[in-house]
Amino acid sequence: MTLLIVENLNKNFGGVVAARDVSFSLAAGEMLAMIGPNGAGKSTSFNMVGGQLRPDSGRVMLEGQDITGLPPRAISRLGVGRSFQVAQTFLSMSVLENLQMALIAYAQRTRDMLARADALFRDEALELLDQLGMADAAARPMNTLAYGDVKRVELAIALAGKPRLLLMDEPTAGMAPGERAALMRLVAGIARRAAIGVLFTEHDMDAVFAHADRILVLVRGEIIAAGTPEEVRANPEVQRVYLGTSGLRAALRARAAAHG
Amino acid sequence: MSVEFSFLLVQALSGLASASSLFIIASGLTLVFGVTRIVNFAHGSFYMLGAYVAVTIVPWLLQIERSPTLFFIGVLISACVVGVLGVLMEILLLRRIYKVPELFQLLATFGVVLMVQDAVLHIWGPMDIAGPRAPGLRHGVMILDQRFPAYELFLICAGPVVLGLLWLLMHKTRFGILLRAATRDRDMVGALGVNQALLFTGTLFLGAFLAGLGGALQIPRVSASAQMDLSIITEAFVVTVIGGMGSIGGAFLAALLIGQLQAFGVLIFPKITLVLVFLLMALVLVVKPWGLLGRPEAAPASAMPEGIASPRRFRVFEKLLVALALLAAAMLPLFGDAYAVKVATEVLIFAIAAFSLNFLVGNGGIVSFGHAAYFGLGAYASGLLVTKLGMPMEPALIAAPLAGGFFAALFGFFIVRLQGIYLAMLTLAFAQIAYAVCFQWVEVTGGDNGIVGVWPSTWAASRIAYHYLVLAVAVLGIFALRHVIYAPFGASLRAARDSAPRAEAIGIDVRGHRWLGFTIAGAAAGLAGGLYAFSKGSIDPTLLGIPLSVDFLAMILLGGMQSVMGPVLGAAAFHSIKDVFMPLTDHWRFLLGASIIALVLIFPRGLGGAYASLRARFAGGAQ
Amino acid sequence: MGSIIFGRRALLAGGAGLAAAAAGRGAAAQGAPIRIGELNSYSRMAAFCIPYRNAIQMAAEQINAAGGVMGGRRLEFIFRDDGATPGDAVRVAEELLTRENVSFIAGTFLSNVGLAVADFANQRKRLFFATEPLSDAITMAQGNRYTWRLRPSTFMQTRMLVEAARGKPQKRWAIVAPNYEYGQSAAANFKRLIGGAIPGAEIIAEQYPALGRIDAGATVGALAQARPDAIFNVLFGPDLTAFVREGNTRGLFERRFVLSLLTGEPEYMIPLGDETPEGWVVTGYPWEQVEGAEHRAFVEAYRARFNDTPRKGSLLGYVTVQVLANMLNRANSLDNEVLVDTLRDLRSDTLVGNVTMRGIDHQGSMGTWVGETTQRNGQGTMRNARYVDGTDYMFPEEEVRAARRA
Repeated sequence: MTLLIVENLNKNFGGVVAARDVSFSLAAGEMLAMIGPNGAGKSTSFNMVGGQLRPDSGRVMLEGQDITGLPPRAISRLGVGRSFQVAQTFLSMSVLENLQMALIAYAQRTRDMLARADALFRDEALELLDQLGMADAAARPMNTLAYGDVKRVELAIALAGKPRLLLMDEPTAGMAPGERAALMRLVAGIARRAAIGVLFTEHDMDAVFAHADRILVLVRGEIIAAGTPEEVRANPEVQRVYLGTSGLRAALRARAAAHG
Repeated sequence: MSVEFSFLLVQALSGLASASSLFIIASGLTLVFGVTRIVNFAHGSFYMLGAYVAVTIVPWLLQIERSPTLFFIGVLISACVVGVLGVLMEILLLRRIYKVPELFQLLATFGVVLMVQDAVLHIWGPMDIAGPRAPGLRHGVMILDQRFPAYELFLICAGPVVLGLLWLLMHKTRFGILLRAATRDRDMVGALGVNQALLFTGTLFLGAFLAGLGGALQIPRVSASAQMDLSIITEAFVVTVIGGMGSIGGAFLAALLIGQLQAFGVLIFPKITLVLVFLLMALVLVVKPWGLLGRPEAAPASAMPEGIASPRRFRVFEKLLVALALLAAAMLPLFGDAYAVKVATEVLIFAIAAFSLNFLVGNGGIVSFGHAAYFGLGAYASGLLVTKLGMPMEPALIAAPLAGGFFAALFGFFIVRLQGIYLAMLTLAFAQIAYAVCFQWVEVTGGDNGIVGVWPSTWAASRIAYHYLVLAVAVLGIFALRHVIYAPFGASLRAARDSAPRAEAIGIDVRGHRWLGFTIAGAAAGLAGGLYAFSKGSIDPTLLGIPLSVDFLAMILLGGMQSVMGPVLGAAAFHSIKDVFMPLTDHWRFLLGASIIALVLIFPRGLGGAYASLRARFAGGAQ
Repeated sequence: MGSIIFGRRALLAGGAGLAAAAAGRGAAAQGAPIRIGELNSYSRMAAFCIPYRNAIQMAAEQINAAGGVMGGRRLEFIFRDDGATPGDAVRVAEELLTRENVSFIAGTFLSNVGLAVADFANQRKRLFFATEPLSDAITMAQGNRYTWRLRPSTFMQTRMLVEAARGKPQKRWAIVAPNYEYGQSAAANFKRLIGGAIPGAEIIAEQYPALGRIDAGATVGALAQARPDAIFNVLFGPDLTAFVREGNTRGLFERRFVLSLLTGEPEYMIPLGDETPEGWVVTGYPWEQVEGAEHRAFVEAYRARFNDTPRKGSLLGYVTVQVLANMLNRANSLDNEVLVDTLRDLRSDTLVGNVTMRGIDHQGSMGTWVGETTQRNGQGTMRNARYVDGTDYMFPEEEVRAARRA
């Protein structure tokens, strides 16, 4: 069954169209990139799927269940994890505690007033960190981490909820180029292994063309093109409005690096 | 009674005159908040100083010649003098604390309020001083068949003129453009290479100038008195919040609204003036969470939140300390005198209240300016059960946390929907509404006289027995709350404080958790209130008042809101300071204010913070 | 040493021992001083309380110079700020009793503070001489064995004013009072009494501005709109100044009869200055007009000592010391039970003449001056003022019995 079906999402902000009839679908284990220039409505569409924004009209179906307009926490419980454009983690806690918190939330024990939080789900948390190569940093306070590591912890937090769908809003924004590739490889690997569907937006064309199975191109709130990286690259409309020549060159280079 | 048009017109004009005065004062407050993000309690003190300086300077000028020009020159000089005092406060105090948490800045300005109150009494004496009327504007003007003061017609014009001048300043001068930019994005202005210190000094001058102008313009209407600071500051806050913090146009709109509401409110509900503005504020905030013209505060860039970080378990040394403190409290009746026992009992009660407040502020990031409401409501629940229903102490003490929790749940339902300063102001509004009900509902609550005869059961009647009862309850209560802080629920509150979007995204119902946290804290405060009632034998509305809420805030800040046990230390420190100074001198408020400021400057992270860094240094040295 | 000295006698013995060591040299009075705890809102209500304290000190000095009390013991007042809240006041009272070892306590200004301290005194079985709080409840519904009040209560002062209005033609009355207990109970007393003095009188408008926060324009407008013949005013302090100025400009007081509580007290009269209205009937203290050598000597001494004119608070402080000294001399004991019994119907000669502490409600018969306001040299003062003894204006005895039984 298709994991995620988005049908005709519309959103206006005070007369400005941020999304118009946005429709797409996503299969389990598939990586779907959403690209477009600034202000194209990527984050808007993204946040309507994640529950942060309520669409004016349209439907979001997760494995056949209508999740349109549900609050983020409900969508999260249905198996949707997400990362934010600016990483959102619990800065006052240690890396390990961040993961424990996510696991406590997944176990729906956040109202527990008797147990001691630092004793819960330690092993599971360490295991998750290990998966992402962050086990050594477990005891470090979150606010001492380099930004790339923060992003990885955020990914670990998103994975703690055993998601079927992962929403990643510019997962590599603010990272050094070397780190970007590493993170995207990590995500791709996990997604394929655990059959998690990944919807991500990204400015970095290297990352998009190297890892996306399919690409959606948004301009002024509308999807103007969709398809495999090859199809999108070949689409003259996309070349004109978005990629430009330098972007195209980058895309080719990335593809070559990934498969070369 | 038929109401004729001329009366309605004149009443509306009265409302406009009040609105104008209020706007001039509030515009300064909102400006200072917009640029520096400091909630400046001392703004009311500047207003008072403006009036006092004016009643000193203006009569002196009028001796030269009784001309309107000299009168208004005197008013402007007074405003400038106050502006300079604002600059002094910025340079001597605020500049040193821009980096410390916002609440500490608020506490420091509250210290200034206390100091100015006593300084004014010292300089100008305790008598109210009536200022001269404005020459040429003393008469009344006939409007239809009603007589209306000419000076108030002048005031009606003064407000819009100030608004216009501020607009010109903000849009046509470099300073003003920087002010606006800083209001939108403070870091941005710093990044542009603007001399931030100079900008802030200028802002404080302008803010204090406006407050002083507001005060000086009042002298033909009201006498200068040492209570005018606190009476204006709440109203000025209400105006800025209703208008939207940082929005001068919003302040103007809100002042107009409040002025008319007061003018016509007294016709319909002559006793409602106590609470009207707070009802309006609560209503506006429930409907418009950012005030009328305020814009949502940009989600704070991922900065390290202020408050409790990962709480550590006690180490051996700390366990020893706690045991020692407990032992001292338990042994006190053996070596201390009766009064020491009494003071210790009060400290324990305040420790519960302060701890519960820090459960909200330090652990949950929910700043409450009205925590005394739940303390007081708990006290009232106990007191009413004992005096009206003849219940014994034991069930009445159980009712106290229930009442505190019930009302915290009721008010909290609306409160947790808001954020930041607006949330804090809504807690204040609800506290004032609760205060007004206790104050006004004389048949049940005894009005401001309160209720007397709330004494413990016989077995707990002696000071010592009651001390042990309070000690037992306080230890149980504080350790239970402390346990919750360490439990998943406490961690979830911290998570929601650190990043609400992240907390929601992992499935935490942020609002629901905050609501529950608010209720628990309210219940604990209610318990403290019940204990307090039985220790004093009487209850009255001051137990719900703003001053007590501020005391609680002072306790947690002095103790250190980022440490779990700090509030207990803070309660002891604050109460001791007050208890040492009160018998010494009439000017104890000056000393209290000075010590608060000194503590903020010396221990910008509270005593708990000072301990933590001491320990860190010790540990570092040992390695 | 015993854990805590709870016994009153033991406590007093300890206190006396300590105090004896520190007894002042060269004082005319001999023996251990008698320590009296005085708590009041010196910081918040400084305008009233500081002249009050000045006079207490002066009176105590005079008595000590003349040989003290109880056969040569000095009077010593320990002053404390009560923080202007009941919670603080009860703690301060506790401190005075336990740490300062005072024999008994006196003072308080605000009604809620006075009531809380009164109940505390009852609980601890110690004398509390409530000097200033005006609330009727202190001697009525919430009166107790250990609490006595000197100053004429709200009821008494209202009644004096209403008597002064007896037979006037004005029937339509408006009330303006601060929105707290004192204002509310003065208004209630007025409503109750006015019909007896002016048959057919009715209340047609009421305004209750928040204490210290009057919106004078709106309040005056609302009162004027009701077109009353007469106004009963309970406002005082900054509220009064604002109200009078606004009312003068808008002509609210023209051709209207005004009864006004406390307005003739210098504390509230001085700030009015040249705005003082003509012909209001008020209670007050026209210190410069009071006859009698003793009072003149008091004024002279006060002015010499403090370089200021006496206030109502000064008078009250002085009379307080006179009554307390008389009580101590009669009782010749510091046992609080004896002191309380001595106060019952105790007659004292004071600055204002005889003052009796009525036994059934513990209310002093001290009166006040009733007269009309006027201006002299741009300053407010009273004319046709006469001292009205409180005896005839107290609550009727049957009412006291009913209230205090409850």
